[in-house]
Amino acid sequence: MSFTLPALPFAIDALEPFISARTLEFHHGKHHQAYVTNLNNLVVGTEFENADMETIIKKADGGIFNNGAQVFNHTFYFEQLSATPATEPSGELKAAIESTFGTLDAFKEAFNKAAVTQFGSGWAWLVKDAAGKLSIVQTSNAGCPVRDGFTPLLTCDVWEHAYYLDKQNLRPAYVADFWKVMDWKVVEGRF
Amino acid sequence: MAFELQKLSYAFDALEPYIDAQTMEIHHGKHHAAYTNNLNAAIQGTETEGKTIEEILSNISAQPVAVRNNGGGFYNHNLYWEIMAPQGAKQPEGDLLKVLNESFGSYQNFKEAFTKAALTRFGSGWAWLVKQGDGLVISSTPNQDNPLMDLAEVKGTPVLGVDVWEHAYYLKYQNRRPDYVEAFFNVVNWDEVARRFKG
Ligand SMILES: [Fe+2]
Repeated sequence: MSFTLPALPFAIDALEPFISARTLEFHHGKHHQAYVTNLNNLVVGTEFENADMETIIKKADGGIFNNGAQVFNHTFYFEQLSATPATEPSGELKAAIESTFGTLDAFKEAFNKAAVTQFGSGWAWLVKDAAGKLSIVQTSNAGCPVRDGFTPLLTCDVWEHAYYLDKQNLRPAYVADFWKVMDWKVVEGRF
Repeated sequence: MAFELQKLSYAFDALEPYIDAQTMEIHHGKHHAAYTNNLNAAIQGTETEGKTIEEILSNISAQPVAVRNNGGGFYNHNLYWEIMAPQGAKQPEGDLLKVLNESFGSYQNFKEAFTKAALTRFGSGWAWLVKQGDGLVISSTPNQDNPLMDLAEVKGTPVLGVDVWEHAYYLKYQNRRPDYVEAFFNVVNWDEVARRFKG
């Protein structure tokens, strides 16, 4: 069995002007693709040769973990982006966010801070623990909350490759635009 | 006295076509400037204020993470700008070449090992040529760490470093880090590397 690159669930230019087609061509077509290719090459002849993604994320180390988790993280990131996003959560997710963070704006503020202050390459996440409690976490490089037993609900890629062509050093501007294409419907489905 | 962003000794476009002017302008004027400002903010009013950057880095494990990240970013970029130049020796010479040959077998072997360190650093970081005693070794560090830090795996005096944060190459090379590292060798100022090696 080998992993394949999932197609983007939208046209390459669908997220303009917030995330450019050029950024997505590299981000999906080169970076995400390279993680898939590297993972498939690295697992050959190892105990992970036929492992599923969850096993790789929870048990693997080194290059197999890095590439495996990056395959998962990017699939997870692209899946929640849309040209016609639900711009606010509703129902139980909305209630959970408000009970944990006070308001949607307060949640976004805390999430933005996590995204902007993650030093170097990494990710900001909204996660749910086994008891159903929500929290915001940061991971560096390929770090993935699945490894720590969390259920990820929402993520923002803050590797520079996610925004450098569009925003250069202005990570806060990228995070602000990220919200304009982030589909809460997908997050609700995960919740 | 606060740390200052040092000016480049060459124009932003001087390293074209290997490193483009737009990258240089943002890398120096935005990224390096931010590390410098954030370092000053992190140490202002503390007993760290007034120490040299080398003193701070040598005891970095006692410092808050903001000093580690921004102090490293301040020092590393100073080194990076200085070890590049449009002019200067294009190949190592003299004592430095002799020690490179002794340490790695040949210049070509050194270049391959340094390139490998730069390409296999996952995420953001640096690859280094490090003086240890009378010899040279290669290492890489994550994020803005460097070999002067007491917590570095490989400690010593950095004499050459290549920035492999994506901001160092993404506008021109995007995902092609190998092309950037290969291009970097065209603008290394080996006179400055030799000066640092001599100490
Ligand atoms: Fe840099």
